[in-house]
Amino acid sequence: MSVPASETMLPLAAPANLRELFLAFNRLSLQGFGGVLPVAQRELVERKRWLDKQQFVEMLAVSQVLPGPNVVNLALMFGDRCFGLRGAVAALAGMMLAPLVVVLALTALYGQYSHHPLVSGALRGMGAVAAGLVISTALKLLGTLRHNPMGRWLALAFAALTFVLVALLRLPLVWVVLGLGSLAIALAWHRIGPTEPPK
Amino acid sequence: MTGADLLGLFGHFLLLSLLAVGGAITTAPDMHRYMVTEQHWLTDAQFTSSIAIAQAAPGPNLLFVAVLGWNTAGPIGAFATTAGILLPSTVLSLWATRWGSQRRETRFVRSFTNGLTPLTLGLLLATGWILAEPYVRVAQYRWGALGLIAVAVLVMLRTKLSPMWLVALGALVGVLGWV
Repeated sequence: MSVPASETMLPLAAPANLRELFLAFNRLSLQGFGGVLPVAQRELVERKRWLDKQQFVEMLAVSQVLPGPNVVNLALMFGDRCFGLRGAVAALAGMMLAPLVVVLALTALYGQYSHHPLVSGALRGMGAVAAGLVISTALKLLGTLRHNPMGRWLALAFAALTFVLVALLRLPLVWVVLGLGSLAIALAWHRIGPTEPPK
Repeated sequence: MTGADLLGLFGHFLLLSLLAVGGAITTAPDMHRYMVTEQHWLTDAQFTSSIAIAQAAPGPNLLFVAVLGWNTAGPIGAFATTAGILLPSTVLSLWATRWGSQRRETRFVRSFTNGLTPLTLGLLLATGWILAEPYVRVAQYRWGALGLIAVAVLVMLRTKLSPMWLVALGALVGVLGWV
């Protein structure tokens, strides 16, 4: 999980206009085979530097508890933060439009080739890589727990427990979020202590 | 499919949108119940292949919803399911993030995001596990799949290569029959 120092040192940038925002989300979405999140992390944090890791992981946390697909929520939040409603629409459209055309074209083709062994082999290989990409994204972002007000080890324990409950015991997500999530929020609330809200 | 059916389809996806905490894929079992078991619009195989196609294509996994709609009622079906799954959650998310970002420094919002961050990362690991498990469980694919996963993790952590090349590598390894 070692991160080159330069990665966290450079100042953040921002998209210049709606077009750049649209194209960036279009680009990251079209690279997102088997899930957009790893590419979003790479593009927004490492390549474009529009967000730092901490901001990314916070946005991700919020977009996961909100209903709806989390990358869609992430696009909306980021677009809205840059250019308001128009930005939200531009980021969402960039993420959805081109892949929608591709996937519907594939739907038309798939029927004929689905049982071909080369096609199913390729799908298996791509599936395994998709799993690796998601795991690597999680590993990279685990470093941000260092700054968590709960303290690094407690935060890591919550991450590990969530993994066990969801991946191994297959508990319904809603109960994990309501139960463990409430506990984590309460602990963070306790550790942060009273703060003065900015006026 | 009648206009009323189409409206029902749209309405059902509107409802699922609000239940889709943790991603649209978490509501797939309920889509299956509605479209396959209850309404008989799709066969079991059509349902499963719709999800597989969306996984293999670039873009958000949510697009499987459009494929389901397309296989049910063509372009208008794709529009009904996609718009249905997006509208409520989009409106709610925008409203909630605006509310939250105005209060970003308050104790409540900070506790909320910091408390949920570890869960988010645990969930991400769980997603990786659930995606990997079907391959790793089968002895025939186990070592090839584990190798690909390890290569993907290492390359992502050590280099700035686009993930797309890794996916291409995975497809190649699969075509060669090593996975």
